[in-house]
Amino acid sequence: MNRTYELMFIVRPDMADEDLDKLISTLESQVTTSGGTVKGVERMGKRRLAYTVRRFQDGMYILLTVEGSGALIHELERRLRVTEPVIKFLTVRIDEEQKRLDKIKQIRDARRKAAPAPATPEGGGETAAPATA
Amino acid sequence: MAEETKTATPGAPSAEGQRPEGQRPEGQRSDGPRPEGQREGRFGPRGPRPGGGREGGRKYFRRKKVCKFCVEKIESINYKDVRLLSQFVAESGKIVPRRLTGVCTPHQRRLSVAIKQARNIALLPFAGRA
Repeated sequence: MNRTYELMFIVRPDMADEDLDKLISTLESQVTTSGGTVKGVERMGKRRLAYTVRRFQDGMYILLTVEGSGALIHELERRLRVTEPVIKFLTVRIDEEQKRLDKIKQIRDARRKAAPAPATPEGGGETAAPATA
Repeated sequence: MAEETKTATPGAPSAEGQRPEGQRPEGQRSDGPRPEGQREGRFGPRGPRPGGGREGGRKYFRRKKVCKFCVEKIESINYKDVRLLSQFVAESGKIVPRRLTGVCTPHQRRLSVAIKQARNIALLPFAGRA
């Protein structure tokens, strides 16, 4: 039973790039050895935190999109918890939301094809659709 | 019993008097079937709002609020979209209630979940301005 998750975590701002690379690659290897796949790594860069976390005012945000089982996520979270430079993390399951969005998009596309006459009200929808995708 | 409630809520009728005339029927409808005890509680938080609210005044025309997410067809309410979420967070960090923003119930539900997730990962504050 594979699900898609987003792991967002914050590392301390003074962490060296090499250390960060190392951390991300160990997480990735953990994912692949546990039978999951890494769907994307996004470094969102340094950002100001909305409140102080472990006396840090800002932090580096990293977003990891992972497909795998719950056990894998459990292990990843455990790793993040014991990794000292990681100051905060959040895991969100996104596959069901994505399914819902796809369904809405499908319905909208079908409706647009079915009724091409009222093109003017659909114009707003057309511009909105790529933004949601 | 009836006298007691009258004396206990001297502020309520005056607050009601300051209301614009257009709002009267709605107020009467909502408190009509309610028992006496609840009426007091009903007016407590509601009384000062029209005067202390944004528009205020006697001649106040209430614009019909519409759900931003329905109108602009925003489907995904994501915790990463801080700019969108911060429109629905008060200065104090609180989630702005539906009755003020006009967001529909299904969207408010998703919105509140997203705001709470964003707070958890320090994208939005729990309290106060960052």
